Amino acid sequence: MMDPMIEVIDLHKSFGSQAVLKQINMKVLHQEVVVIIGPSGSGKSTFLRCLNLLEQPQSGQILIEGQSLMDPNIQISTIRTEVGMVFQQFNLFPHMKVIDNITIAPIQVRKWSVEKARSKAIELLAKVGLSEKANVYPDSLSGGQAQRVAIARALAMEPKIMLFDEPTSALDPEMVGEVLAVMKDLAKEGMTMVIVTHEMDFAREVSDRVLFMEQGMIVEEGTPEEIFERPTHERTKSFLSRRDGYLSLRKYKE
Amino acid sequence: MDFRMDIIIDYIPLILKGAMLTIGISILSIILGSIFGLVIGFGKMSSRMILRWPMSAYINFFRGTPLYVQILMVHFGLIPMVIGRTDPIAAAIIALSLNSAAYTAEIFRAGIQSMSAGQIEAAYSLGMSHRQAMQFIILPQAIKRMIPAFGNEFIVLVKDSSLVAIIAAPEIMYWSNGMSGQYSRIWEPYLFASLIYFILTYSLSKLLSVLERKLA
Repeated sequence: MMDPMIEVIDLHKSFGSQAVLKQINMKVLHQEVVVIIGPSGSGKSTFLRCLNLLEQPQSGQILIEGQSLMDPNIQISTIRTEVGMVFQQFNLFPHMKVIDNITIAPIQVRKWSVEKARSKAIELLAKVGLSEKANVYPDSLSGGQAQRVAIARALAMEPKIMLFDEPTSALDPEMVGEVLAVMKDLAKEGMTMVIVTHEMDFAREVSDRVLFMEQGMIVEEGTPEEIFERPTHERTKSFLSRRDGYLSLRKYKE
Repeated sequence: MDFRMDIIIDYIPLILKGAMLTIGISILSIILGSIFGLVIGFGKMSSRMILRWPMSAYINFFRGTPLYVQILMVHFGLIPMVIGRTDPIAAAIIALSLNSAAYTAEIFRAGIQSMSAGQIEAAYSLGMSHRQAMQFIILPQAIKRMIPAFGNEFIVLVKDSSLVAIIAAPEIMYWSNGMSGQYSRIWEPYLFASLIYFILTYSLSKLLSVLERKLA
């Protein structure tokens, strides 16, 4: 049997004396889409950032295709070339044109030729629907466009896994859809994805598995039907009902 | 009060020669000081004590003691120790570079640390090494922010280069002092020297603001 794409064993992380991740165990299979939901401060973003070592866990194991990230001999930048990440705040490089944002890492890290990197970038920009924006600077993009460029930038490295850290939380509501559409396409193409999000409808639609996190622990996990239709854990139920209540209140006000 | 233009005209060739030397010393010191400063600034940001501590000590020493004293130590101490005799122009360039490096190191450090963590995280997440992230992502952006501070530092350096007249480096102040001594005059030599320094620093500040606009 193939190694799982990601395997996390007994992961612990604390900031000072504050434990933020406690005994996390999980697996992500090839081509699986896993969505992590939970209240703010539950540790879901911190957990995602451990998966490419932007955060250093205190103990436990993280294996990417069987390769341990905790191995002191491993070159962490090599692992990161296989694990793309999309950030809440996009983090595009403002001093470079859109096309250069996308080509810089393939050229410098993968050592691709400029021509190869550019043709890949043009292909990816077409895929995210932004072909005409290749030669503008990021500050002239809307939030939704910037996030789609950020997705193209991560994809240019041809990663095996994509991590999404609340990719729509900083967007105006009317721009959320265009970003989620790009992510849905990726999921359909078979990309392995781990997504932290508050978009419950999206989670229900695209995910193979949902993890509910609270207070640094995975409280419950299951298929989207199991988590959203018949959650077993009290805390999952109250999280989802608070959300539903809030959403229906918002609809009522409108 | 009479103002003797004739002695100024008399000294113009020497003062202009001095101005060329002032410009040469300043340019070389700015370049060397910035290179040392970059290295020292990165050293001070290092996570390793063994690098961080000496770089902090360096900055504290050169910012905390008078440039005048540093010039004398380099001229009468450091240079003879290395090459066996002293050389006022070499001493001037080295003293000014060492001093300027302490200030530029802090400009580099502040500029780099003012960058948002998201930029370096994005670079890392694409597989870049620390060096690549600095070279392609952080420094090009940080240097834009550093230009006003560098402008200040370079202007101070041009003006402070007047102190090397004390070790007989024949720059602007050296010849102005000579003019003052020869004719026992105060206003002509020092006002004329002031004018030359002003032209130099004003041009430099204009040049930097053009650069700032171009890069922004």
